Amino acid sequence: MAKRDLPEINAGSMADIAFLLLIFFLVTTTIQTDSGLSVLLPPYVEEPPPPVEKNKRNVFSVQINGNNELLVRGKQCPDVLSIKEKAITFITNRGKDPNSSESPKKAIISILNDNGTSYEMYVTVYNQLKAAYNQLWEESSKEQFGRSYKDLTKKERQAIRKEIPLVISEAEPSDLLKG
Amino acid sequence: MSKFKKKGSKGAPGITTASLPDIVFMLLFFFMVVTKMRDSEMKVKIQVPAATELQKLEKKSLVSHVYIGSPIPKYAAVLGTAPRIQLNDQFATPSQIPFFIANEIEKLSNPKLRKAMTCAMRVDKEVKMGIVTEVKTELRKVNFRKVSYLASDAGELE
Repeated sequence: MAKRDLPEINAGSMADIAFLLLIFFLVTTTIQTDSGLSVLLPPYVEEPPPPVEKNKRNVFSVQINGNNELLVRGKQCPDVLSIKEKAITFITNRGKDPNSSESPKKAIISILNDNGTSYEMYVTVYNQLKAAYNQLWEESSKEQFGRSYKDLTKKERQAIRKEIPLVISEAEPSDLLKG
Repeated sequence: MSKFKKKGSKGAPGITTASLPDIVFMLLFFFMVVTKMRDSEMKVKIQVPAATELQKLEKKSLVSHVYIGSPIPKYAAVLGTAPRIQLNDQFATPSQIPFFIANEIEKLSNPKLRKAMTCAMRVDKEVKMGIVTEVKTELRKVNFRKVSYLASDAGELE
């Protein structure tokens, strides 16, 4: 008496399953890309130029000491996250307040940090200032072109950046608090 | 006697291996996608700060990495826990930065791309600015001014 043949497993669909899994993983996994705050450092000069007497009203100075405490335009500022709002009011003053900037074109941001300042604090402050400018550019872009800053062409972006230039100067750090 | 005889053995048929290549390829592709090529072993512990205004670094070949952080426990016994700079595979001092940058520029296939090169600073958030400023000054001395402070996306954490 012949034994019954076991039916062969149909492997034709195996490839489909494999591809399905492959595509699933392709879609769900993201390749990790580095992202960060882009900064253009000032060129190096042997002797720091003598401080040009700039009109004080046009300078938005942020000082961070070794204990990570902030001094914004000479006033203590316990909340880092308020810098963005302060910077925006300062830049868009357009001559109204005699103590604030004359125009966005003339506004200068100056950061002075101590050697003891923590990197985290420094990045947070920098991030806040960049956020302020990004918001202003976005608003100006919506107003002028009716589109988001992201969707503008290179030329249009330059036009906006000319109107509201990002000028962040960094003084050589002090070394007030050792350690 | 019948003309059509059942031929062959009556045992269980072998499982087809036709789909094995597919499975193997799938695994291969999966690992190709997921693994991140890390050309240097991390000798310092780094936890980057969080930020919101991030920009992605596009061309990997144009990015040079500088790591700053406390040495990992394996090296801490010898070097202590003071923050150190790591370039490629080695601990370094700020004075070695110009040499490192010159090396990175030499690696470029097209010298015209020099201007597009970026230095990615992967710095631990606990590090003090002193050492970071030293590195920045060295970079400025060799006129390598495009820098990116690597940070994690603060929006993702919330």
